[in-house]
Amino acid sequence: MSLPLLTSVVLIYLFIVGHLTVKAYKETKSASDFMVAGRQIHPFVMAMSYGATFISTSAIVGFGGAAAVFGMSLLWLTFLTIFVGIFIAFVFFGRRTRIMGLNINAHTFPEFLGLRFQSRGIQGCTGFLIFLAMPLYASVVLMGGAKFIAQILSIDYNIALFFLTIVIAIYVIMGGLKGVMYTDAFQGTIMFAGMIILLFITYAKLGGVVAAHEKLTAMKDIAIKVFGAKGHTGWTSFPEFGSPFWLIVVTTIIMGVGIGVLAQPQLIVRFMTVKSNRELNRAVLIGGIFIMVAVGVSFIIGPLSNVFFYYENQSTLGKISIVAANKNVAEIIPMYIKHAMPQWFTAIFMITLLSAAMSTLSSQFHVMGTSLGRDIYEKALGKSGNSLIITKVGIFFAIIVSYFLAWGLPYFFEGGTAIIARGTAIFFGICAAAFLPMYFGAIYFKGITKAGAYGGFITGTLVSIFWLFFIHIKESKPLMICKTLFGVDSLAAGTKWTIVDPLVIALPASIVATIIFNFMGKKPEESHMEKCFHNIG
Amino acid sequence: MLGLEGIAVPLGFILTIASTIMCIVYGILNWNKGYVSDEEICLEQKWKIEEEKVQETL
Repeated sequence: MSLPLLTSVVLIYLFIVGHLTVKAYKETKSASDFMVAGRQIHPFVMAMSYGATFISTSAIVGFGGAAAVFGMSLLWLTFLTIFVGIFIAFVFFGRRTRIMGLNINAHTFPEFLGLRFQSRGIQGCTGFLIFLAMPLYASVVLMGGAKFIAQILSIDYNIALFFLTIVIAIYVIMGGLKGVMYTDAFQGTIMFAGMIILLFITYAKLGGVVAAHEKLTAMKDIAIKVFGAKGHTGWTSFPEFGSPFWLIVVTTIIMGVGIGVLAQPQLIVRFMTVKSNRELNRAVLIGGIFIMVAVGVSFIIGPLSNVFFYYENQSTLGKISIVAANKNVAEIIPMYIKHAMPQWFTAIFMITLLSAAMSTLSSQFHVMGTSLGRDIYEKALGKSGNSLIITKVGIFFAIIVSYFLAWGLPYFFEGGTAIIARGTAIFFGICAAAFLPMYFGAIYFKGITKAGAYGGFITGTLVSIFWLFFIHIKESKPLMICKTLFGVDSLAAGTKWTIVDPLVIALPASIVATIIFNFMGKKPEESHMEKCFHNIG
Repeated sequence: MLGLEGIAVPLGFILTIASTIMCIVYGILNWNKGYVSDEEICLEQKWKIEEEKVQETL
C-alpha cells in the first residue's frame, strides 16, 4: 500500500470532516440544536444521515465477513433493511414520531417515551438501558474500523484501535446532532460511491454478474464439505431448514437486525429532526437507494470473495475466505480489499470505512451522552445543572467504555465467531424486545398505559439478558456465569435452543407482557392523549 | 436465475430490488405531499401556547 497516497486521501477527508464539524459547532447555539438539530434538517441530509448511521463498519466488515461464511442468504437482510428499516420505519413510524415528538416537545427517544407515558421512570430506565447496552454495539463498530486499518497498514490491531478512537472522540465531542448530521451526509455520499466502485470492480474481475455467481455456485461442494454438517448448502443457496446455520442466519442475522432496526434510538431521533412529513417522504426515496447499495454490496462481495481467494489470488489458492483469513471473520473483507483491489481504491475504501465508522459512532455516542445527561441526570434524577456539559461527559465516558470493550472482546470469543455481526445483532435484538412494543403502542394506541409500557420493557430486557447469559451458547459460554452457577455452558445444552437468538423469545414475551400489564394500569388522561395525538391520524 | 441456486436466494435478490423500486416510486408520488409552511408552524406554536394556558386554567 502506498503510504503517501493513503495519507493524502485520509488527510483531505479529515480536513473536510473537520471543516463541517467546526461549521456545525458554530451553528449549534441551543440544546435543541444539539439534540434534534433545530428540527430544520434537509431531507437529503436526513436520509443520508439515517443511512450512514444505520450502516457502519459492522455492516460492511462484520456482516460482509459473515456473508463470506453463510453466503448470499443474507440478501434477505438487505430486503428487510430496505422494506422494514426504510419504508415501514419512515412511513408508519417516522411520521407519527415526528408529529408526536413536536406535540410533546421531546428531544431524545427516552424523553419521547417518558413524556408520552408521563413517566420520568420510563425515561430514566430507557436511557439507562441505552447507556448500558449501546457500548457493545459501538465497540464492534470500532473493531470493524480498526481491523481494516490494521490489515491495510500492516500494524497491530490495538494501535489502530487507539488512534481511530482518538480521531472519533475529538470530532464527536465537538459537534452535537447538527454537526453529526452534516458530516453523516458527506460520509454517506462517500460510502455510497465507495460501495458502487467495489461492486463494479469485483464483478469485472470475476467475469461479470452471472459468471461470478456461477463460479460461486460451482463451489457448492467445497461449502458442503467444510460446513455441510451445520447445514450449509452452498454460497448461492439458503442453508438447510432448521439446521444450526439456518437458525443463525434467520433468527440472529436476518430477524435480529431486520426487526431491531425499528427500535433503534439513534435512528428514531432522526425522525424528529425534520420540519414536515414531506421531508420524510423524500427521504424514503433517497434512503431506499442508499441502503440497497450500502448493505446489498457487502452481502454480495462477501460470498464472492470465496471465488477470488480460491481461484484468483496466488497466495491463497485453494483456500476459501474463512481459511484464507485464518478463521477470523472480521479479517475477510479487509483482506479482500487489500489483495483484490487496486491501490487507489484501497485509499478510497479506507475513507469509506472511516466514514461508516465515524457516522455510526458519532450518533451512538451522541445518543449515549444525551441518555446520561438529559434522560437520566436531568429528567429521571431531577437534577438541575448544565445538561450540555453532562451530555459531553456522558459521551466521553461512553467512548472510554466502548474502547475497552473493543480491546477486550476479541480475547473472549473464539476465532471463528462473527463477533462484529453478532454484537450488532445482540444490541438490535435487545432494543427490539425492550422498546418496540411500547414504542409502537405509544404512537398507535391511545389506550396503552404506563403499566403496559413498563411490563413490556422489563420483560423484554430480562428475557433477553437471561437468554444471553444462560441459553444462547455463543455468549453464555465465554461469559461463564452459567458454568459457574450451574456447571454447564448453557441450560439448554445439547438442544437447538442454544442457537436460537434471544429476540425470537424476548420480543413475543415483551408483546404479551405489554398486553397483560396494560389491563392493570390506569388509563391515560384524555387531555394528554389529545395533546400527544394532535394532527395525527 | 442470475447464476444463483434454489428459490430463496433469488427471491431475496428480487425482493431487494423490488423494495428499492417501491421506495423510489413512493418517494416520487409523495414528493410534495405533507409540506408544512412556516405560517402553519407559527399557528401550531400559537396553538401549543394557548393549549398550555388552557391546561393551567383548568
